Amino acid sequence: MADYEIPTVTGEDGIVDVPSLEKGSMGHLHGPWISKPDFQKELGFPTDFEMPAGVENYGDSNTLVENWKERALDKMDDLRHRYRSLQVFLDICVKCGACTDKCHYYIGTKDPKNMPVARQDLLRKVYRRYFTFAGKFFGKIGHPEFVGATELTEDVVKDWYNYYHQCSQCRRCSVFCPYGIDTAEISMAAREILDHIGMGQKYCTEIMGKVHKIGNNLGLPEAALADTLEGLEEDIYDDTGVLVELPLDKKGSDILLITPSADFFAEPHVDGLMGYAKVFHELGLDFTLSSYASEGANFGMFIGSYENMRRLALRIRKAAIDLGVKRIVFGECGHAWRVAYSFLNTLAGPWDFLDQNYPIPQHVLEITEPALAAGKLNIDKSANDDMVVTFHDSCNIARGSRIGSYEGGQFEVPRNVIKAVCNNYVDMPKDTIHDATFCCGGGGGILTDDLMEVRVKGAQPRMEALKHVTEHHGVTHMAAICAICKSQFTKVIPYYGFTMDQIVSVHQLVSSAIILTGQLSEDEIDDMEFDYDEAKERLIASREVVAEESK
Amino acid sequence: MFLSVFFGVLFWVATLVLVLGIAYKVFIYWKVPAPLKIPTTPAPLTKRGVWVRMFKEVTLFYSLFRSNKLLWVLGILFHYALALIILRHVRYFQENVWLVIDIVQPFGKYAGFLMVIALIGLLLRRILIDRVRYITAPSDRAMLGLLILIGISGLTMKFVSHTDILMVKTFFIGLRTFSFHPLPADPFLIVHLTLVATLMLIFPISKLMHAPGIFFSPTRNQVDNPREKRHLSRWAKKLETQDKLYLHELDK
Ligand code: HEM
Repeated sequence: MADYEIPTVTGEDGIVDVPSLEKGSMGHLHGPWISKPDFQKELGFPTDFEMPAGVENYGDSNTLVENWKERALDKMDDLRHRYRSLQVFLDICVKCGACTDKCHYYIGTKDPKNMPVARQDLLRKVYRRYFTFAGKFFGKIGHPEFVGATELTEDVVKDWYNYYHQCSQCRRCSVFCPYGIDTAEISMAAREILDHIGMGQKYCTEIMGKVHKIGNNLGLPEAALADTLEGLEEDIYDDTGVLVELPLDKKGSDILLITPSADFFAEPHVDGLMGYAKVFHELGLDFTLSSYASEGANFGMFIGSYENMRRLALRIRKAAIDLGVKRIVFGECGHAWRVAYSFLNTLAGPWDFLDQNYPIPQHVLEITEPALAAGKLNIDKSANDDMVVTFHDSCNIARGSRIGSYEGGQFEVPRNVIKAVCNNYVDMPKDTIHDATFCCGGGGGILTDDLMEVRVKGAQPRMEALKHVTEHHGVTHMAAICAICKSQFTKVIPYYGFTMDQIVSVHQLVSSAIILTGQLSEDEIDDMEFDYDEAKERLIASREVVAEESK
Repeated sequence: MFLSVFFGVLFWVATLVLVLGIAYKVFIYWKVPAPLKIPTTPAPLTKRGVWVRMFKEVTLFYSLFRSNKLLWVLGILFHYALALIILRHVRYFQENVWLVIDIVQPFGKYAGFLMVIALIGLLLRRILIDRVRYITAPSDRAMLGLLILIGISGLTMKFVSHTDILMVKTFFIGLRTFSFHPLPADPFLIVHLTLVATLMLIFPISKLMHAPGIFFSPTRNQVDNPREKRHLSRWAKKLETQDKLYLHELDK
């Protein structure tokens, strides 16, 4: 299946033993595909560089921008004066090593440069050489390595590009660091520097370009999106006999639903989207999707670019204003929720024109959970009796945001929902869930085929935990609340002997268990009077009548 | 007399470097904005909660406890022993010694052993554990070596070859008024004082800045309330007021 060794999972205790170092085990990689000047231009980055002839030339100085060294150092200097995290984290690490065994990429690859502190040091040693007294002094006398400093060379840049794209910015290291040093902050800064010397990452920049032009990561235009949504309505109708709408660009709706575009077509994401629609339908909530802001994911965070992150977030603001909504709700997506929960107010606020009685923005689970708890949804738990479910905490939700009104709600709320719609639920081992959760291996801009080896190996700790509960507790399915987790898992779990359909959306479980008002039995569906198109026409006609009458 | 002028000047310089150096670094940490809300969650929802979180980190090394028990034991031993020792040393600078300082004396006396043992443990980690060895620079080992030597030279004066401690005290109290009293020409004392001054001199330019720095760590000191309270940095605000997307488009 691949020309590298796939880690094996045993299922014994669910925890991968900390491996010994294998120096350079991921050194044969060269990082993801480099972004063309065209893409870089769209995002406001310099374009005066040459596309390398082949991957083996990535980072060669003749492919970089002119004066790349000064410009890299200038950018580093600029960033450390704009980000307290960067300045403080570069200074205060004592190299105690508490983080060294915490990264899923280190565990899965054994490459010492994937230990969080070593990854940080790739940047820190340059910072020390050029911006600290100790580094300058020992650099002058020819021994910068004495104080962990080094000259900025081509090889350093190559390492940056390679190893800062083996970090999914999941923040697990930051939980275990005595000072909370967050490697994500360092890798974001590094990617921002790389973007300024001609080493942008194609996957992220191309996708952001599509959002800027069309409105979503997939480049799905309005008409195609409308078609897709209609198709989903039809699916629900054929399944239940109930017309559950998924409106697009409906002005005057109460709620703007922002969801990762993967929800429109990918499995199991799309089942989740149908789940949100059913919940809204049952609760009588009037919502719409937007074609202009048809993307919840915000890849600006991955490349550490505040400006691009803000530019993407402003689309949501514009859509909310144009559609005249009162509330904003986000679907299931990890980093989208981090950007929404933690940054949206900063980037695109203030939200004083929205209804202040609701959290801004709100997570769809913050609607479903209380509704379930209050018995407002008609649930048949036995619909999910063919499964024993476990839950994968997404890193950006677990460690970078919150769901619900209390500390740690991000762990309880999704579990409460799952338990309210499934009879069989089991947690994975304690050191692999909640804020100690392991990343799926595909977050932070790594979810691209050119980084497949990194993705497969990085999934090992999660796969081991899953294997454990599969073998010891009969778990059959793993639920996720993040579009990236879902895509990553469906792609990599076959390498570990599982099957794609073992990954489910949380709202997919809700969708299966919910009994809609007026829902028909299978026999009744077979004898239905109208097909979807007719039913939809009748619904629209009846609305027009109501509108006429109220005039 | 040469000895007392040399050490007198050295300690004055070292103290200034230590105090002003830390103040300067802290000023920078204070001044650089944190443009985004990035607490490692679950994080406290109130300011008070943040104080509690920080207190737990600083006094109990709470996160370290979760990550590595051996390192936690060594780290706690070393830092608490160090704290006792520093408190104990305060009496050399006071004419009328405070009660607390009196109380810690007997503990401080033995803390020296604990500190040296813990430091040797920390050094062994750096040599024996492959992951820690990989991330260790020579300066990291040197730092531990420096502290170990400070500890050993101090313990030697306490338990093996006594120095004239009253004379030392008179020397340091005199320094406050720039009067140079004689110091005992004791080799252990000279080593001890030289190393301590070195430690003070390198403090602001080294990883020892973790002590003040931890209070500025945004992942630990931020309140989890981004939806309730808008957080906007100075430089990001300019993008808004000038209605621009990119920083390079801003008017200078
Ligand atoms: C607010 C006060 C302080 C806090 C919260 C703190 C916390 C920590 C923590 C959590 C570690 C990592 C684990 C360990 O090796 O123990 C550490 C390491 C260290 N600390 Fe502190 N510290 C403080 C003050 C100091 C001071 C004043 C010194 C002065 C000498 C110091 C010297 C060191 C050294 C040398 C290390 C590295 C140990 C090694 O190399 O293994 N610390 N500190």
